[in-house]
Amino acid sequence: MANYIPPVQGKISQIIDVIVLLVLAIGALYLPLFLGLAGSAQTSEVPENVTWDALGQNATMVEKWNELGYATATDAAELITSRFDYSFSVLNLLVMIVVVIGYYFIVLRFSGKEYSEVISEKFGDK
Amino acid sequence: MSDTDITSTEMDGMGPGGTKVGLARVLGPAHIWGLGVGIVLVGEYMGWNFSVGKGGAYAALLACWFAGILYSCVAMIDSEVTSTVAAAGGQYTQAKHIIGPLMAFNVGLYLVFAYTMLEAANAITFGFLIDTVAGMTGHEGLDQRPFIILAIMFLAWLNYRGVLATLTFSLVITAFAFCAIIALFLTTAVFMSDSPLRHAELMTDLPYGWLGVIAAMHFGLWYYLGIEGTCQAAEEVRSPARSLPFGTLAGIMTLLIAATLTWYVCVGLMPWEYLGQAGVPLFDAARMSGSVTLMVLLGIGTMFATLASANGCINDASRAWFAMGRDHYLPDWFGAVHPKFRTPYRAIIFLVPIALIFALGAPLDQVITFSILSGLLGYTFMPLNVILFRRKWPVDTIKRGYEHPFHPIPAIILLCLCGVTFFAVFLGYGSQLVAMLSFYIIVSLWFHFWRYRFVRRAAQFTMPWPRPKGY
Repeated sequence: MANYIPPVQGKISQIIDVIVLLVLAIGALYLPLFLGLAGSAQTSEVPENVTWDALGQNATMVEKWNELGYATATDAAELITSRFDYSFSVLNLLVMIVVVIGYYFIVLRFSGKEYSEVISEKFGDK
Repeated sequence: MSDTDITSTEMDGMGPGGTKVGLARVLGPAHIWGLGVGIVLVGEYMGWNFSVGKGGAYAALLACWFAGILYSCVAMIDSEVTSTVAAAGGQYTQAKHIIGPLMAFNVGLYLVFAYTMLEAANAITFGFLIDTVAGMTGHEGLDQRPFIILAIMFLAWLNYRGVLATLTFSLVITAFAFCAIIALFLTTAVFMSDSPLRHAELMTDLPYGWLGVIAAMHFGLWYYLGIEGTCQAAEEVRSPARSLPFGTLAGIMTLLIAATLTWYVCVGLMPWEYLGQAGVPLFDAARMSGSVTLMVLLGIGTMFATLASANGCINDASRAWFAMGRDHYLPDWFGAVHPKFRTPYRAIIFLVPIALIFALGAPLDQVITFSILSGLLGYTFMPLNVILFRRKWPVDTIKRGYEHPFHPIPAIILLCLCGVTFFAVFLGYGSQLVAMLSFYIIVSLWFHFWRYRFVRRAAQFTMPWPRPKGY
Protein backbone atom coordinates (compact mmCIF):
# COMPACT_ATOMS: atom_id res chain seq x y z
CA MET A 1 0.00 0.00 0.00
CA ALA A 2 1.35 3.40 -1.01
CA ASN A 3 1.95 5.82 1.82
CA TYR A 4 -0.60 8.61 2.10
CA ILE A 5 0.88 12.04 1.38
CA PRO A 6 -1.25 14.75 3.00
CA PRO A 7 -1.84 18.01 1.11
CA VAL A 8 -0.07 21.13 2.35
CA GLN A 9 -2.53 23.37 4.17
CA GLY A 10 -2.28 27.12 3.61
CA LYS A 11 -1.85 29.52 6.53
CA ILE A 12 -5.29 31.11 6.13
CA SER A 13 -6.93 27.71 6.03
CA GLN A 14 -5.11 26.77 9.26
CA ILE A 15 -6.29 29.94 10.97
CA ILE A 16 -9.86 29.25 9.80
CA ASP A 17 -9.64 25.73 11.26
CA VAL A 18 -8.69 27.08 14.67
CA ILE A 19 -11.40 29.75 14.54
CA VAL A 20 -14.04 27.13 13.66
CA LEU A 21 -12.99 25.00 16.60
CA LEU A 22 -13.08 27.94 18.99
CA VAL A 23 -16.43 29.25 17.79
CA LEU A 24 -17.95 25.79 18.28
CA ALA A 25 -16.46 25.44 21.78
CA ILE A 26 -17.50 28.88 22.94
CA GLY A 27 -20.91 28.33 21.35
CA ALA A 28 -21.36 25.08 23.28
CA LEU A 29 -20.79 26.94 26.54
CA TYR A 30 -22.65 30.16 25.81
CA LEU A 31 -25.57 29.01 23.67
CA PRO A 32 -27.43 27.35 26.57
CA LEU A 33 -26.73 30.49 28.63
CA PHE A 34 -28.12 32.82 25.95
CA LEU A 35 -31.15 30.60 25.40
CA GLY A 36 -31.84 30.49 29.12
CA LEU A 37 -31.46 26.72 29.20
CA ALA A 38 -28.36 26.66 31.39
CA GLY A 39 -28.33 25.95 35.07
CA SER A 40 -30.33 23.66 37.21
CA ALA A 41 -34.02 24.10 37.83
CA GLN A 42 -34.26 25.28 41.44
CA THR A 43 -37.47 26.41 43.08
CA SER A 44 -38.03 28.08 46.41
CA GLU A 45 -41.27 27.98 48.43
CA VAL A 46 -40.99 30.41 51.33
CA PRO A 47 -43.80 29.95 53.91
CA GLU A 48 -46.04 32.95 54.60
CA ASN A 49 -45.16 33.14 58.27
CA VAL A 50 -41.38 32.89 58.25
CA THR A 51 -39.87 31.66 61.52
CA TRP A 52 -36.87 29.44 62.21
CA ASP A 53 -39.30 26.75 63.41
CA ALA A 54 -41.37 26.98 60.25
CA LEU A 55 -38.17 26.52 58.27
CA GLY A 56 -37.36 23.37 60.27
CA GLN A 57 -34.24 24.80 61.92
CA ASN A 58 -33.20 23.70 65.42
CA ALA A 59 -31.30 25.87 67.95
CA THR A 60 -27.84 24.80 66.74
CA MET A 61 -28.77 25.45 63.13
CA VAL A 62 -30.08 28.93 64.06
CA GLU A 63 -26.84 29.64 65.91
CA LYS A 64 -24.83 28.62 62.83
CA TRP A 65 -27.01 30.74 60.51
CA ASN A 66 -26.42 33.72 62.81
CA GLU A 67 -22.66 33.11 62.73
CA LEU A 68 -22.84 33.00 58.94
CA GLY A 69 -24.42 36.46 58.91
CA TYR A 70 -28.09 35.51 58.55
CA ALA A 71 -29.57 37.37 61.51
CA THR A 72 -33.26 36.56 60.91
CA ALA A 73 -35.26 33.67 59.48
CA THR A 74 -36.40 35.91 56.63
CA ASP A 75 -32.77 36.45 55.54
CA ALA A 76 -32.15 32.72 55.24
CA ALA A 77 -35.64 31.62 54.12
CA GLU A 78 -35.02 31.52 50.38
CA LEU A 79 -31.76 29.62 50.79
CA ILE A 80 -33.28 27.08 53.16
CA THR A 81 -36.36 26.41 51.05
CA SER A 82 -34.55 26.29 47.73
CA ARG A 83 -34.81 22.83 46.11
CA PHE A 84 -33.80 21.20 42.84
CA ASP A 85 -36.53 19.92 40.59
CA TYR A 86 -35.53 16.38 39.65
CA SER A 87 -38.67 15.55 37.73
CA PHE A 88 -37.88 14.49 34.17
CA SER A 89 -39.60 12.90 31.24
CA VAL A 90 -38.65 9.40 30.15
CA LEU A 91 -38.49 10.70 26.57
CA ASN A 92 -35.80 13.23 27.53
CA LEU A 93 -33.85 10.49 29.28
CA LEU A 94 -34.08 8.25 26.23
CA VAL A 95 -32.91 11.10 24.00
CA MET A 96 -29.89 11.60 26.26
CA ILE A 97 -29.05 7.89 26.22
CA VAL A 98 -29.31 7.77 22.43
CA VAL A 99 -27.14 10.89 22.08
CA VAL A 100 -24.43 9.52 24.41
CA ILE A 101 -24.34 6.06 22.83
CA GLY A 102 -24.66 7.51 19.33
CA TYR A 103 -21.74 9.80 19.96
CA TYR A 104 -19.43 7.00 21.10
CA PHE A 105 -20.66 4.78 18.26
CA ILE A 106 -19.76 7.40 15.65
CA VAL A 107 -16.37 8.08 17.20
CA LEU A 108 -15.41 4.41 17.60
CA ARG A 109 -16.58 3.48 14.11
CA PHE A 110 -14.71 6.27 12.32
CA SER A 111 -11.68 5.76 14.57
CA GLY A 112 -11.60 2.07 13.69
CA LYS A 113 -11.45 2.85 9.97
CA GLU A 114 -8.71 5.44 10.43
CA TYR A 115 -6.75 3.15 12.75
CA SER A 116 -6.68 0.32 10.22
CA GLU A 117 -5.07 2.69 7.72
CA VAL A 118 -2.47 3.80 10.27
CA ILE A 119 -1.49 0.24 11.20
CA SER A 120 -1.45 -0.87 7.60
CA GLU A 121 0.89 1.96 6.62
CA LYS A 122 3.07 1.64 9.73
CA PHE A 123 3.56 -2.13 9.70
CA GLY A 124 2.73 -2.96 6.10
CA ASP A 125 -0.13 -5.05 4.76
CA LYS A 126 -0.51 -8.49 6.29
CA MET B 1 8.58 -11.03 25.31
CA SER B 2 9.12 -8.12 22.99
CA ASP B 3 12.35 -6.17 23.18
CA THR B 4 10.25 -3.04 23.69
CA ASP B 5 11.08 -1.75 27.16
CA ILE B 6 9.72 1.53 28.41
CA THR B 7 11.98 1.38 31.46
CA SER B 8 15.07 1.46 29.28
CA THR B 9 17.29 4.51 29.56
CA GLU B 10 18.13 4.19 25.88
CA MET B 11 14.54 4.44 24.73
CA ASP B 12 12.12 7.03 26.01
CA GLY B 13 8.73 6.53 24.50
CA MET B 14 9.13 8.63 21.40
CA GLY B 15 11.23 5.99 19.78
CA PRO B 16 14.72 4.52 20.03
CA GLY B 17 17.55 6.93 20.56
CA GLY B 18 15.86 9.70 22.48
CA THR B 19 13.02 12.16 22.08
CA LYS B 20 12.48 13.89 18.79
CA VAL B 21 11.27 17.06 20.48
CA GLY B 22 12.88 19.13 23.11
CA LEU B 23 10.65 19.07 26.17
CA ALA B 24 12.97 18.89 29.17
CA ARG B 25 13.08 15.66 31.21
CA VAL B 26 13.56 17.23 34.62
CA LEU B 27 10.65 16.11 36.83
CA GLY B 28 10.58 13.54 39.63
CA PRO B 29 7.77 11.64 41.42
CA ALA B 30 7.15 14.51 43.87
CA HIS B 31 6.42 16.85 40.96
CA ILE B 32 3.92 14.33 39.60
CA TRP B 33 2.23 14.16 42.99
CA GLY B 34 2.25 17.98 43.12
CA LEU B 35 0.81 18.24 39.61
CA GLY B 36 -2.02 15.72 40.22
CA VAL B 37 -2.96 16.79 43.74
CA GLY B 38 -2.35 20.44 42.88
CA ILE B 39 -4.92 20.38 40.08
CA VAL B 40 -7.49 18.59 42.22
CA LEU B 41 -7.07 19.86 45.77
CA VAL B 42 -8.95 23.03 44.93
CA GLY B 43 -11.98 20.73 44.60
CA GLU B 44 -11.86 20.38 48.38
CA TYR B 45 -11.69 24.15 48.80
CA MET B 46 -14.64 24.85 46.49
CA GLY B 47 -17.06 23.04 44.20
CA TRP B 48 -17.44 19.67 46.00
CA ASN B 49 -20.04 21.27 48.25
CA PHE B 50 -22.48 21.70 45.34
CA SER B 51 -22.99 17.94 45.78
CA VAL B 52 -24.40 18.76 49.23
CA GLY B 53 -26.86 21.08 47.51
CA LYS B 54 -27.87 18.36 45.05
CA GLY B 55 -28.53 15.64 47.61
CA GLY B 56 -27.80 16.70 51.19
CA ALA B 57 -24.84 16.06 53.49
CA TYR B 58 -24.97 12.25 53.57
CA ALA B 59 -25.46 12.13 49.80
CA ALA B 60 -22.29 14.19 49.40
CA LEU B 61 -20.35 11.69 51.52
CA LEU B 62 -21.64 8.75 49.50
CA ALA B 63 -20.83 10.65 46.30
CA CYS B 64 -17.35 11.34 47.69
CA TRP B 65 -16.73 7.63 48.22
CA PHE B 66 -18.32 6.45 44.96
CA ALA B 67 -16.38 9.10 43.07
CA GLY B 68 -13.32 7.90 45.01
CA ILE B 69 -13.90 4.39 43.64
CA LEU B 70 -14.35 5.85 40.15
CA TYR B 71 -11.08 7.75 40.39
CA SER B 72 -9.21 4.83 41.94
CA CYS B 73 -10.16 2.88 38.80
CA VAL B 74 -9.06 5.85 36.66
CA ALA B 75 -5.72 6.04 38.50
CA MET B 76 -5.08 2.28 38.19
CA ILE B 77 -5.95 2.16 34.50
CA ASP B 78 -4.10 5.35 33.70
CA SER B 79 -1.01 4.24 35.60
CA GLU B 80 -0.71 1.08 33.54
CA VAL B 81 -1.26 2.66 30.15
CA THR B 82 0.76 5.80 30.84
CA SER B 83 3.70 3.90 32.25
CA THR B 84 3.89 2.42 28.75
CA VAL B 85 2.84 5.40 26.63
CA ALA B 86 5.27 7.95 28.02
CA ALA B 87 4.62 10.96 25.80
CA ALA B 88 3.09 14.42 26.11
CA GLY B 89 -0.64 14.47 25.55
CA GLY B 90 -1.31 11.70 28.07
CA GLN B 91 -4.64 10.05 27.30
CA TYR B 92 -4.67 11.70 23.87
CA THR B 93 -1.50 9.83 22.92
CA GLN B 94 -2.90 6.64 24.44
CA ALA B 95 -6.06 6.93 22.32
CA LYS B 96 -4.03 7.61 19.20
CA HIS B 97 -2.10 4.36 19.60
CA ILE B 98 -4.85 2.16 20.98
CA ILE B 99 -8.24 3.21 19.54
CA GLY B 100 -7.65 5.54 16.61
CA PRO B 101 -7.21 9.13 15.43
CA LEU B 102 -10.77 10.41 15.82
CA MET B 103 -11.00 9.10 19.38
CA ALA B 104 -7.62 10.72 20.05
CA PHE B 105 -8.81 14.05 18.67
CA ASN B 106 -11.86 13.91 20.93
CA VAL B 107 -9.80 12.91 23.95
CA GLY B 108 -7.39 15.78 23.23
CA LEU B 109 -10.31 18.19 23.23
CA TYR B 110 -11.74 16.67 26.44
CA LEU B 111 -8.40 17.36 28.09
CA VAL B 112 -8.04 20.89 26.76
CA PHE B 113 -11.58 21.92 27.67
CA ALA B 114 -11.70 20.12 31.03
CA TYR B 115 -8.47 21.82 32.10
CA THR B 116 -9.13 25.21 30.53
CA MET B 117 -12.55 25.42 32.17
CA LEU B 118 -11.14 24.20 35.46
CA GLU B 119 -8.49 26.91 35.13
CA ALA B 120 -11.29 29.44 34.54
CA ALA B 121 -13.19 28.14 37.58
CA ASN B 122 -10.05 28.54 39.68
CA ALA B 123 -9.54 32.09 38.51
CA ILE B 124 -13.20 32.92 39.29
CA THR B 125 -12.75 31.51 42.82
CA PHE B 126 -9.48 33.39 43.25
CA GLY B 127 -11.25 36.64 42.37
CA PHE B 128 -14.18 35.77 44.65
CA LEU B 129 -11.81 35.08 47.56
CA ILE B 130 -9.99 38.39 47.08
CA ASP B 131 -13.39 40.12 47.03
CA THR B 132 -14.47 38.29 50.22
CA VAL B 133 -11.27 39.24 52.07
CA ALA B 134 -11.61 42.83 50.84
CA GLY B 135 -15.21 42.89 52.10
CA MET B 136 -14.11 41.58 55.50
CA THR B 137 -11.58 44.39 55.77
CA GLY B 138 -14.09 47.09 54.87
CA HIS B 139 -13.49 47.39 51.10
CA GLU B 140 -16.88 46.47 49.64
CA GLY B 141 -17.57 46.18 45.92
CA LEU B 142 -14.10 45.23 44.72
CA ASP B 143 -13.80 44.59 40.98
CA GLN B 144 -12.72 40.93 40.74
CA ARG B 145 -11.76 41.01 37.06
CA PRO B 146 -8.23 42.45 37.35
CA PHE B 147 -7.34 39.72 39.85
CA ILE B 148 -8.75 37.00 37.58
CA ILE B 149 -6.76 38.33 34.62
CA LEU B 150 -3.57 38.79 36.65
CA ALA B 151 -3.75 35.27 38.11
CA ILE B 152 -4.09 33.65 34.68
CA MET B 153 -1.41 35.85 33.10
CA PHE B 154 1.10 35.27 35.92
CA LEU B 155 0.66 31.51 35.83
CA ALA B 156 0.87 31.41 32.04
CA TRP B 157 4.13 33.36 32.26
CA LEU B 158 5.46 30.89 34.83
CA ASN B 159 4.53 27.98 32.55
CA TYR B 160 6.17 29.72 29.61
CA ARG B 161 9.44 30.07 31.54
CA GLY B 162 9.94 26.39 32.31
CA VAL B 163 8.30 23.26 33.68
CA LEU B 164 10.66 22.63 36.60
CA ALA B 165 10.07 25.99 38.29
CA THR B 166 6.34 25.78 37.49
CA LEU B 167 5.77 22.38 39.03
CA THR B 168 8.11 23.05 41.97
CA PHE B 169 5.95 26.11 42.70
CA SER B 170 2.86 23.88 42.44
CA LEU B 171 4.41 21.28 44.74
CA VAL B 172 5.15 23.80 47.49
CA ILE B 173 1.79 25.59 47.49
CA THR B 174 -0.11 22.29 47.14
CA ALA B 175 1.68 20.85 50.17
CA PHE B 176 0.77 24.00 52.10
CA ALA B 177 -2.91 23.77 51.07
CA PHE B 178 -3.06 20.07 52.03
CA CYS B 179 -1.44 20.77 55.43
CA ALA B 180 -4.01 23.55 55.99
CA ILE B 181 -6.86 20.99 55.64
CA ILE B 182 -5.13 18.64 58.07
CA ALA B 183 -4.60 21.54 60.50
CA LEU B 184 -8.29 22.51 60.27
CA PHE B 185 -9.38 18.95 61.00
CA LEU B 186 -6.95 18.40 63.87
CA THR B 187 -7.75 21.75 65.48
CA THR B 188 -11.54 21.52 65.27
CA ALA B 189 -11.94 17.78 65.89
CA VAL B 190 -9.03 16.93 68.18
CA PHE B 191 -7.25 19.86 69.84
CA MET B 192 -10.06 22.32 70.68
CA SER B 193 -11.37 21.56 74.15
CA ASP B 194 -14.84 22.79 73.16
CA SER B 195 -15.11 21.46 69.60
CA PRO B 196 -17.30 23.63 67.35
CA LEU B 197 -18.36 20.57 65.32
CA ARG B 198 -22.09 19.80 65.74
CA HIS B 199 -22.78 16.80 63.53
CA ALA B 200 -25.60 15.41 65.66
CA GLU B 201 -27.59 18.64 65.48
CA LEU B 202 -26.78 19.68 61.89
CA MET B 203 -27.13 16.40 60.01
CA THR B 204 -30.52 15.76 58.41
CA ASP B 205 -32.14 12.96 56.44
CA LEU B 206 -31.64 12.80 52.69
CA PRO B 207 -33.71 15.78 51.45
CA TYR B 208 -34.23 14.23 48.00
CA GLY B 209 -34.09 10.58 49.00
CA TRP B 210 -31.83 8.20 47.09
CA LEU B 211 -32.36 10.10 43.84
CA GLY B 212 -30.40 12.91 45.50
CA VAL B 213 -27.50 10.53 46.16
CA ILE B 214 -27.28 9.78 42.44
CA ALA B 215 -27.66 13.48 41.61
CA ALA B 216 -24.83 14.31 44.03
CA MET B 217 -22.43 12.21 41.92
CA HIS B 218 -22.41 15.10 39.42
CA PHE B 219 -20.41 17.40 41.71
CA GLY B 220 -18.94 14.42 43.58
CA LEU B 221 -16.46 14.18 40.71
CA TRP B 222 -15.16 17.59 41.74
CA TYR B 223 -13.47 16.03 44.78
CA TYR B 224 -10.96 14.38 42.42
CA LEU B 225 -11.37 15.88 38.94
CA GLY B 226 -8.01 16.24 37.24
CA ILE B 227 -5.89 13.58 38.98
CA GLU B 228 -5.52 11.94 35.59
CA GLY B 229 -3.60 15.07 34.55
CA THR B 230 -0.41 13.50 35.87
CA CYS B 231 -0.13 11.71 32.51
CA GLN B 232 0.45 15.00 30.70
CA ALA B 233 3.90 15.24 32.24
CA ALA B 234 4.92 11.86 30.84
CA GLU B 235 7.41 13.34 28.40
CA GLU B 236 9.01 15.57 31.03
CA VAL B 237 9.67 13.12 33.89
CA ARG B 238 13.07 11.54 34.30
CA SER B 239 11.64 8.05 34.86
CA PRO B 240 8.06 7.75 33.56
CA ALA B 241 7.70 4.05 34.34
CA ARG B 242 8.42 4.70 38.04
CA SER B 243 7.31 8.30 38.64
CA LEU B 244 3.92 8.27 36.95
CA PRO B 245 2.33 5.29 38.77
CA PHE B 246 3.91 6.39 42.07
CA GLY B 247 2.84 10.04 41.78
CA THR B 248 -0.67 9.21 40.52
CA LEU B 249 -1.49 6.51 43.08
CA ALA B 250 0.00 8.53 45.98
CA GLY B 251 -2.05 11.45 44.70
CA ILE B 252 -5.39 9.62 44.75
CA MET B 253 -4.67 8.37 48.28
CA THR B 254 -3.93 11.93 49.41
CA LEU B 255 -7.15 13.14 47.85
CA LEU B 256 -9.30 10.42 49.43
CA ILE B 257 -8.03 11.53 52.83
CA ALA B 258 -8.44 15.25 52.09
CA ALA B 259 -11.96 14.79 50.67
CA THR B 260 -13.25 12.83 53.65
CA LEU B 261 -11.73 15.25 56.18
CA THR B 262 -13.15 18.21 54.27
CA TRP B 263 -16.64 16.73 54.28
CA TYR B 264 -16.41 15.87 57.98
CA VAL B 265 -15.36 19.34 59.11
CA CYS B 266 -17.70 21.31 56.83
CA VAL B 267 -20.92 19.42 57.56
CA GLY B 268 -20.18 19.70 61.28
CA LEU B 269 -19.95 23.48 61.05
CA MET B 270 -22.60 24.63 58.57
CA PRO B 271 -26.24 23.82 57.77
CA TRP B 272 -26.39 21.81 54.54
CA GLU B 273 -28.57 24.39 52.80
CA TYR B 274 -25.82 26.99 53.20
CA LEU B 275 -22.99 24.59 52.45
CA GLY B 276 -24.71 23.44 49.25
CA GLN B 277 -24.21 26.83 47.59
CA ALA B 278 -21.14 28.27 49.40
CA GLY B 279 -18.42 29.80 47.23
CA VAL B 280 -15.45 28.98 49.49
CA PRO B 281 -16.68 26.35 52.02
CA LEU B 282 -13.36 25.54 53.70
CA PHE B 283 -12.66 29.21 54.28
CA ASP B 284 -16.20 29.52 55.69
CA ALA B 285 -15.48 26.51 57.92
CA ALA B 286 -12.35 28.20 59.24
CA ARG B 287 -14.36 31.37 59.93
CA MET B 288 -16.95 29.29 61.81
CA SER B 289 -14.27 27.64 63.94
CA GLY B 290 -13.70 30.95 65.71
CA SER B 291 -9.92 30.78 65.26
CA VAL B 292 -8.30 33.72 63.48
CA THR B 293 -5.17 31.64 62.83
CA LEU B 294 -7.23 28.97 61.07
CA MET B 295 -9.07 31.62 59.10
CA VAL B 296 -5.80 33.09 57.81
CA LEU B 297 -4.37 29.60 57.17
CA LEU B 298 -7.40 28.43 55.19
CA GLY B 299 -7.66 31.78 53.37
CA ILE B 300 -4.08 31.36 52.17
CA GLY B 301 -4.77 27.65 51.58
CA THR B 302 -7.75 28.50 49.33
CA MET B 303 -5.66 31.00 47.42
CA PHE B 304 -2.78 28.55 47.01
CA ALA B 305 -5.13 25.72 46.01
CA THR B 306 -6.74 27.81 43.25
CA LEU B 307 -3.32 28.95 41.99
CA ALA B 308 -1.84 25.42 42.09
CA SER B 309 -4.84 24.07 40.23
CA ALA B 310 -4.84 26.79 37.58
CA ASN B 311 -1.10 26.32 37.23
CA GLY B 312 -1.42 22.57 36.65
CA CYS B 313 -4.33 23.14 34.27
CA ILE B 314 -2.28 25.51 32.11
CA ASN B 315 0.51 22.92 32.10
CA ASP B 316 -1.81 20.06 31.09
CA ALA B 317 -4.06 21.85 28.60
CA SER B 318 -1.03 23.25 26.79
CA ARG B 319 0.61 19.79 26.57
CA ALA B 320 -2.53 18.29 25.05
CA TRP B 321 -2.89 21.19 22.57
CA PHE B 322 0.83 20.98 21.76
CA ALA B 323 0.67 17.22 21.17
CA MET B 324 -2.28 17.61 18.80
CA GLY B 325 -0.39 20.33 16.92
CA ARG B 326 2.68 18.12 16.67
CA ASP B 327 0.57 15.40 15.03
CA HIS B 328 -1.12 17.91 12.64
CA TYR B 329 -4.51 17.27 14.26
CA LEU B 330 -4.36 21.03 14.74
CA PRO B 331 -2.12 23.45 12.81
CA ASP B 332 1.46 22.29 13.40
CA TRP B 333 2.42 25.83 14.44
CA PHE B 334 1.22 24.81 17.93
CA GLY B 335 3.67 21.91 18.04
CA ALA B 336 6.69 24.17 18.65
CA VAL B 337 8.97 23.96 21.69
CA HIS B 338 10.66 27.09 23.03
CA PRO B 339 14.38 26.86 22.12
CA LYS B 340 15.53 28.16 25.51
CA PHE B 341 12.82 27.29 28.06
CA ARG B 342 11.86 24.00 26.35
CA THR B 343 8.13 24.51 26.91
CA PRO B 344 5.23 24.35 24.41
CA TYR B 345 5.08 28.14 24.53
CA ARG B 346 2.73 28.77 21.62
CA ALA B 347 0.10 26.44 23.04
CA ILE B 348 0.49 28.11 26.46
CA ILE B 349 0.01 31.61 25.04
CA PHE B 350 -2.85 30.61 22.75
CA LEU B 351 -4.95 29.13 25.55
CA VAL B 352 -4.70 32.24 27.78
CA PRO B 353 -7.47 34.26 26.06
CA ILE B 354 -9.69 31.15 25.89
CA ALA B 355 -9.43 30.73 29.67
CA LEU B 356 -10.18 34.43 30.12
CA ILE B 357 -13.31 34.22 27.95
CA PHE B 358 -14.65 31.45 30.19
CA ALA B 359 -13.48 33.05 33.46
CA LEU B 360 -14.87 36.51 32.76
CA GLY B 361 -18.11 35.61 31.02
CA ALA B 362 -19.76 32.51 32.51
CA PRO B 363 -21.15 31.58 35.95
CA LEU B 364 -19.03 29.30 38.13
CA ASP B 365 -21.42 26.32 38.23
CA GLN B 366 -21.71 26.35 34.41
CA VAL B 367 -17.95 26.41 33.98
CA ILE B 368 -17.57 23.60 36.51
CA THR B 369 -20.30 21.56 34.80
CA PHE B 370 -18.60 21.87 31.42
CA SER B 371 -15.28 20.89 32.95
CA ILE B 372 -16.90 17.89 34.66
CA LEU B 373 -18.64 16.85 31.42
CA SER B 374 -15.41 16.92 29.44
CA GLY B 375 -13.73 14.94 32.22
CA LEU B 376 -16.61 12.47 32.31
CA LEU B 377 -16.40 11.84 28.57
CA GLY B 378 -12.71 11.15 29.10
CA TYR B 379 -13.36 8.70 31.93
CA THR B 380 -15.86 6.83 29.76
CA PHE B 381 -13.14 6.44 27.14
CA MET B 382 -10.67 4.93 29.66
CA PRO B 383 -12.30 1.51 30.20
CA LEU B 384 -12.62 1.06 26.43
CA ASN B 385 -9.01 2.12 26.12
CA VAL B 386 -7.57 -0.34 28.64
CA ILE B 387 -9.69 -3.26 27.40
CA LEU B 388 -8.46 -2.69 23.84
CA PHE B 389 -4.90 -2.13 25.09
CA ARG B 390 -4.83 -5.49 26.84
CA ARG B 391 -6.44 -7.14 23.81
CA LYS B 392 -4.10 -5.63 21.20
CA TRP B 393 -0.94 -5.86 23.31
CA PRO B 394 -1.33 -8.58 25.96
CA VAL B 395 0.90 -8.28 29.03
CA ASP B 396 3.57 -10.56 27.58
CA THR B 397 4.09 -8.43 24.44
CA ILE B 398 5.03 -5.05 25.95
CA LYS B 399 6.78 -4.48 29.25
CA ARG B 400 4.65 -2.22 31.47
CA GLY B 401 6.03 -0.01 34.22
CA TYR B 402 2.91 -0.98 36.18
CA GLU B 403 0.21 -3.63 35.62
CA HIS B 404 -3.07 -2.90 37.34
CA PRO B 405 -4.64 -5.87 39.14
CA PHE B 406 -8.05 -7.53 38.65
CA HIS B 407 -8.45 -6.56 34.98
CA PRO B 408 -11.18 -6.06 33.66
CA ILE B 409 -13.05 -5.42 36.94
CA PRO B 410 -11.80 -1.79 37.37
CA ALA B 411 -12.77 -1.06 33.75
CA ILE B 412 -16.29 -2.45 34.24
CA ILE B 413 -16.78 -0.58 37.54
CA LEU B 414 -15.55 2.62 35.93
CA LEU B 415 -17.93 2.24 32.98
CA CYS B 416 -20.91 1.65 35.33
CA LEU B 417 -20.03 4.64 37.53
CA CYS B 418 -19.68 6.83 34.43
CA GLY B 419 -23.19 5.77 33.40
CA VAL B 420 -24.53 6.76 36.83
CA THR B 421 -22.74 10.11 36.60
CA PHE B 422 -24.20 10.84 33.15
CA PHE B 423 -27.63 10.35 34.72
CA ALA B 424 -26.60 12.58 37.66
CA VAL B 425 -25.63 15.38 35.27
CA PHE B 426 -28.88 14.84 33.36
CA LEU B 427 -30.76 15.57 36.61
CA GLY B 428 -30.68 19.35 36.53
CA TYR B 429 -28.08 20.02 33.83
CA GLY B 430 -29.47 18.02 30.89
CA SER B 431 -29.36 20.92 28.42
CA GLN B 432 -25.63 21.45 29.04
CA LEU B 433 -25.05 17.75 28.55
CA VAL B 434 -26.79 17.76 25.18
CA ALA B 435 -25.03 21.02 24.16
CA MET B 436 -21.64 19.56 25.02
CA LEU B 437 -22.29 16.27 23.22
CA SER B 438 -23.61 18.15 20.19
CA PHE B 439 -20.34 20.08 20.15
CA TYR B 440 -18.28 16.89 20.23
CA ILE B 441 -20.40 15.24 17.52
CA ILE B 442 -20.02 18.25 15.21
CA VAL B 443 -16.26 18.54 15.75
CA SER B 444 -15.90 14.78 15.25
CA LEU B 445 -17.55 15.04 11.84
CA TRP B 446 -15.45 18.10 11.05
CA PHE B 447 -12.26 16.23 11.96
CA HIS B 448 -13.11 13.02 10.11
CA PHE B 449 -14.31 14.64 6.89
CA TRP B 450 -12.01 17.67 6.77
CA ARG B 451 -9.14 18.00 9.19
CA TYR B 452 -7.83 14.43 9.07
CA ARG B 453 -6.74 14.84 5.42
CA PHE B 454 -3.78 16.91 6.66
CA VAL B 455 -2.53 14.17 8.99
CA ARG B 456 0.21 11.72 8.03
CA ARG B 457 -1.02 8.20 8.69
CA ALA B 458 1.91 6.09 9.91
CA ALA B 459 3.73 9.06 11.48
CA GLN B 460 1.07 9.22 14.21
CA PHE B 461 2.16 5.87 15.59
CA THR B 462 5.29 6.88 17.49
CA MET B 463 5.59 4.10 20.10
CA PRO B 464 8.21 1.41 19.56
CA TRP B 465 5.57 -1.30 19.87
CA PRO B 466 4.98 -4.43 17.83
CA ARG B 467 2.02 -4.76 15.49
CA PRO B 468 -1.26 -4.91 17.45
CA LYS B 469 -2.99 -8.28 17.58
CA GLY B 470 -5.92 -8.62 15.19
CA TYR B 471 -4.57 -6.08 12.64
